[in-house]
Amino acid sequence: MKDDHQAITDGIDQGRRYFLIAGATAAAVAPAVLLQTVTAASQATPVTSDVRWGLLIDTAKCMEGCTACIDACCHENGLDLQRPPGGEATSKWAGQQAVWMRKIKLQDNQTGRVTSLPMMCQHCEEPPCMDVCPTGASFKRADGIVMVDRHLCIGCRYCMMACPYKARSFIHQEMHGQLTRVPRGKGCVESCNLCVHRRDHGEDSTACVDACAAEGHHAIIFGDLKNPESRISQTLRELPSRQIREDLTLNTGVRYSGV
Amino acid sequence: MANAAFTARCVAAGLLWMIIQSVQADDVKRYVVEGSRAAGLSACVEPTELMRRQHMTFIKHQRISTVHEGVRTGKYSLSGCVACHISYDAQQNARPINQPDQFCGACHAYAAVNLNCFDCHASVPNAGTPLTATAIAAHQKAGVTERIQSQTAAGEGH
Repeated sequence: MKDDHQAITDGIDQGRRYFLIAGATAAAVAPAVLLQTVTAASQATPVTSDVRWGLLIDTAKCMEGCTACIDACCHENGLDLQRPPGGEATSKWAGQQAVWMRKIKLQDNQTGRVTSLPMMCQHCEEPPCMDVCPTGASFKRADGIVMVDRHLCIGCRYCMMACPYKARSFIHQEMHGQLTRVPRGKGCVESCNLCVHRRDHGEDSTACVDACAAEGHHAIIFGDLKNPESRISQTLRELPSRQIREDLTLNTGVRYSGV
Repeated sequence: MANAAFTARCVAAGLLWMIIQSVQADDVKRYVVEGSRAAGLSACVEPTELMRRQHMTFIKHQRISTVHEGVRTGKYSLSGCVACHISYDAQQNARPINQPDQFCGACHAYAAVNLNCFDCHASVPNAGTPLTATAIAAHQKAGVTERIQSQTAAGEGH
């Protein structure tokens, strides 16, 4: 294994060398020009692993009974356009309907302390959904967003069973009137993608973050976990926070404080 | 005399060629719906013949870079097909592009090829489509700008 790694390193060494020389020259000649190009071309260039998007949820600020984040998520991602199949019982539909976020209530039975928190795809660094997917439809983008490529999804739902966070939903019936930004059809699995259309168009928040701030709670922070200067990184340094099911060592991109 | 006959034949051949060309041009435009932005253009993002044979390959390649790499600027965009080829009824409602009398639907019905794109993708332009400047101009010309803006404000998806 170590030998293999050594061989690969040797193989790309020359390429790396030219790249570094070219990069150093360019950086020395025109840093200002480079910066401008990067900003303008953000939509035209593939996402890189220089960033890792994540959320920090302060459960002390999350109000029990408030569903602003869920409502905003459903509206942003067209989940409120789903209609129950004719003749189906309301209770059954409530369990079948696709949702990307849920509100969870935790109660400490000894002290009686109740904590409320939103639960969604945790955007693991090592996603179990990706491990079990037989077609490669479950994948992780370079910037850390775990997504489903619906062109490849065959609807087997292994990922739904593998996910420790119950974060994924299945579309059971034909859809009509979808949003252009969020295609959706019968027979595919889907989950929170950190408002990926907003990421690609260079916006700096997600629908749930905006909704929570509009309610005045400011319980969710979105940002780049790899940038030490970002607000999320700075808050993570100050506040004690946890990953849910940290025993699974999935290194989640969504962190919670106060649980 | 022979010269005159030759000239006449040349003129006749020329006329015939022009007629064939115009018929072919009509043929090329057969499925482009009147009133859509596409009706005012000579060709799509590639020459018509190439688009007819290869459009599925173009959009298939682009979808990979869009979904997996977040590249949103390619010219073979499915929402681009919809934005450019959509037509509106008398009440200025967009007519779904996969209907059998619309651009995608009509040709796929003729060629007897199943059209699955719009099982999942939006078949009319809506709030999620960032319109290009040319598309906005075309919509203004067709008198549908206000309706699209009100849909955007209300966040309607259809």
